Amino acid sequence: MQLLQLLISGVAQGCIYGLIALGFVLIYKATETVSFAQGELMMLGAFLGLALMSFAGWPFWAAVLCSVAAMGLFGVVTERVVIRPILGQPAFSIVMLTFGIGYVARGAITMIPAIGTETHTLPVPYKDQVWRLGELVLNVEQLVVIGVTVALCAALFALFRYSKIGIAMQASSQNQLAAYYMGIPVQRLNGLVWGLAAAVAAVAGLLLAPITFVHANMGFIGLKAFPAAVVGGFGSLPGAIVGGLIIGVVEALSGFYLPEGFKDIAAYVVVLLMLMVKPNGLFGETMRKKV
Amino acid sequence: MRFIFKTSYAQDVDLAKHGGHRFWYGLLLALLLASPWLLSEYGLAQLTFVLIYGIVGLGLMLLAGFTGLFSIGHAAFLGVGAYTEAVLVNQGVPFPIALACAALLAAAVGVVVGLPALRVKGMYLGISTMAFGFIVAEVFARWESMTGGNAGLHVKAPALLGWKLDSATEFYFLCLLLAVLSTLAILNLLRSPTGRAFVAIRDSEISAQSMGIHLARYKTLSFAVSAALAGLGGALYAHMIKFLSPDQFDIIQSIDLLLMVVIGGLGSVHGAFLGAIFLIVMPQAINASKDFLPDVIGQAPGLKAAVYGLVLIAFVLFEPLGLYGRWLKIRTFFTIFPFYRKGMFKRQKSFQKSDRLR
Amino acid sequence: MNQPAASSPLLSAREISVRFGGVLAVNKVSFDVHPGEVFTLIGPNGAGKTTVFNLISRIYTPTSGSIRFDGAELTERAPHEVAALGVARTFQNIELFEHASVLQNLLIGRHTHRRTGFWTDLFFTPAARRAALQDREHVERVIDFLDLQHHRDTLIAGLPYGVRKVVELARALCVEPRLLLLDEPSSGLNVEETEDMAWWINDIRREFGITVLMVEHDMGLVSKVSDRVLAMNQGEVLAMGSPAEVQGHPGVIEAYLGSSADLSSLRREAAP
Repeated sequence: MQLLQLLISGVAQGCIYGLIALGFVLIYKATETVSFAQGELMMLGAFLGLALMSFAGWPFWAAVLCSVAAMGLFGVVTERVVIRPILGQPAFSIVMLTFGIGYVARGAITMIPAIGTETHTLPVPYKDQVWRLGELVLNVEQLVVIGVTVALCAALFALFRYSKIGIAMQASSQNQLAAYYMGIPVQRLNGLVWGLAAAVAAVAGLLLAPITFVHANMGFIGLKAFPAAVVGGFGSLPGAIVGGLIIGVVEALSGFYLPEGFKDIAAYVVVLLMLMVKPNGLFGETMRKKV
Repeated sequence: MRFIFKTSYAQDVDLAKHGGHRFWYGLLLALLLASPWLLSEYGLAQLTFVLIYGIVGLGLMLLAGFTGLFSIGHAAFLGVGAYTEAVLVNQGVPFPIALACAALLAAAVGVVVGLPALRVKGMYLGISTMAFGFIVAEVFARWESMTGGNAGLHVKAPALLGWKLDSATEFYFLCLLLAVLSTLAILNLLRSPTGRAFVAIRDSEISAQSMGIHLARYKTLSFAVSAALAGLGGALYAHMIKFLSPDQFDIIQSIDLLLMVVIGGLGSVHGAFLGAIFLIVMPQAINASKDFLPDVIGQAPGLKAAVYGLVLIAFVLFEPLGLYGRWLKIRTFFTIFPFYRKGMFKRQKSFQKSDRLR
Repeated sequence: MNQPAASSPLLSAREISVRFGGVLAVNKVSFDVHPGEVFTLIGPNGAGKTTVFNLISRIYTPTSGSIRFDGAELTERAPHEVAALGVARTFQNIELFEHASVLQNLLIGRHTHRRTGFWTDLFFTPAARRAALQDREHVERVIDFLDLQHHRDTLIAGLPYGVRKVVELARALCVEPRLLLLDEPSSGLNVEETEDMAWWINDIRREFGITVLMVEHDMGLVSKVSDRVLAMNQGEVLAMGSPAEVQGHPGVIEAYLGSSADLSSLRREAAP
């Protein structure tokens, strides 16, 4: 029973990691850019939800939809203003830029008087609810995380498999110049991808908030999403989710069965083991330059 | 307008390319030697920090800037050096030996951290170094018998056979000496086959191999040297701040180090020191400007992070060559005046093409 | 400056095959390259020519077969050992070190001849200095040979395509190889540059005694410099012999231009 509860909470945490990793992989697939700002975008989404729900008093669904949409817009604008001018520079510089975006986001939130430095509770309708299934006590917050993740993944799968936009995104990620020649609006698509990634991060933030509360350092939780993306294999969307789940479960189990401190580094030990055994991750592509 | 007239190959091999070089660097060295008498105690301490971070920056510059290996967990090597030095000196080990041990142990850790580099590239390597960074930081916190854990560890002053280096001036000269030696070492490496092999690995691994460069050996070497320098800097850092705790070597410190080399100018030796100057001066500048800003901005705790982020974004957007790049442009403007053209340092725009097979 | 030896081949490929996933990119290809000759691989795109090069320089490992170079079995060596044995190559799509100068690129080519180790480099001992000057002298001879003097200190990123091709060749020459693999040396070059390339390939063979194994599409260049030609198609050997023999081979013509039925229809359409 204990094990099952542990597994469920591990899966729920893993879904959060998976969602952040998903945004990260989306951006990587589209532009081969690595964005370390995803964690901070998640934090911004949570704060936005908080602002609308708690301070502006909006109803739950309106606040959620608006936050996600607003973060999506923020992602598009960020891409336009900050990312687009530097495409073509070495990958390292672009990564540093995303670190910079993260710094600015964290600093800006912390600067908001009184609110930024405090920890807040997100008033979701299902807060603190539990379902009882015989002897099993299920935390509704965790179930919501899992359910929403599944739904979101299905939606994204459909997007990439069946819609023109999805195929166009894949094309421009593989050969930008050829995509331009085919009439694909590459730059607009890149903006869309960043918007999508930011929206996914916002969803993750809103899902995580009831469990860990809303505070400016939430973004650091997102750092564990990067090992998740590596474990699943870069460039693989299902891999991001699977990687997140693996890390979430390992973390939950090691928190219980292993001495103190292992829970914090479980994610990192897992990723190192994966790199030793299967350097390209579970579903990763073999990266080999053709000469 | 200066025109360098070369008459022998030795001129290209030498470190100082012409008389002007020798003059200006000689002047810089003279100023640095005179600093304890020119600067206040506070100023001298800041300069010492610049030298220490400069040494660490040299290491990271070699790894990331010259070999192209991405290291997001570099603070781990800093910490290994710092704790090793602290533990040894607290036991009474003479400081030259302690410093050497700190550097060597950090180099050993560097070799281990560099092992994934032999199998994985780019972002995968970056994430694995980040993972190592977290694990090492956790080890610092948990290995309480050695490091004092989260309670912290006091560091005694460096000592050699009864002579204690506990004055600021003496310690400054030690740091200056080590900084100069480290810089010369890196410059020597870069003008020799070893350094060129690093650059080759950065720019094209496949053709580096076709030129006979053993990738595994040179990547490991790069990690080892880079970690050794970080460890050396860490050992000096331990003496400067006199009290170590694990949270000084977390991911924020690692990112700060990266920030330093990027803002300084990736791929240049000057960049390491210019970045170090930035890293030390910026917090002072922010503090100084707090009086001029409205309270709501000036007193906010997040100001430093926001400013750092903005500066980093600004540099990547507008001055990708970093502080050194900006300095080069200014200097070129004056040396070839009035023939300077705006697009002289512009890089060709490249379209992104996936290296992936699928 | 060796005279071409009598008969024993310098490079000997026997039944090499390589499979990528389900695709047999190279299928039981065998050929010999004799010392001092210029041996060219021709064939339509996708025939597997560059793959053969990549097998020789050990970027790929053959699924079967053997490649012997001067008695050493290459398939047992690591990629970085190939240059030390005396094989240098250029790349079809130019793999120069973009953010270094021409001079630095060429000096990297001298890597297999380094006489210093890490510690001598770190302290830049007088021995390191002597080695640096010697390397520079050798590199300058190559620069003189290929007329690269005014590009010496330019970063590769700032060079036009034609010059980069020449630097690619220069870097391979700095390795002081006995066998030079040239992958499409004239692709992207105009008529004058291609003529220069022909002269250089001849000089490389005559003056330096270097054996050349070449992949080429420009039939003019092929006829001008090659001693023997091997035609490939779809990973298999089609024909081998002198340039004239191979270019007149019906199978080769069909591979390039299509079957005789296609040829007749082409001629009909072209006829007035």
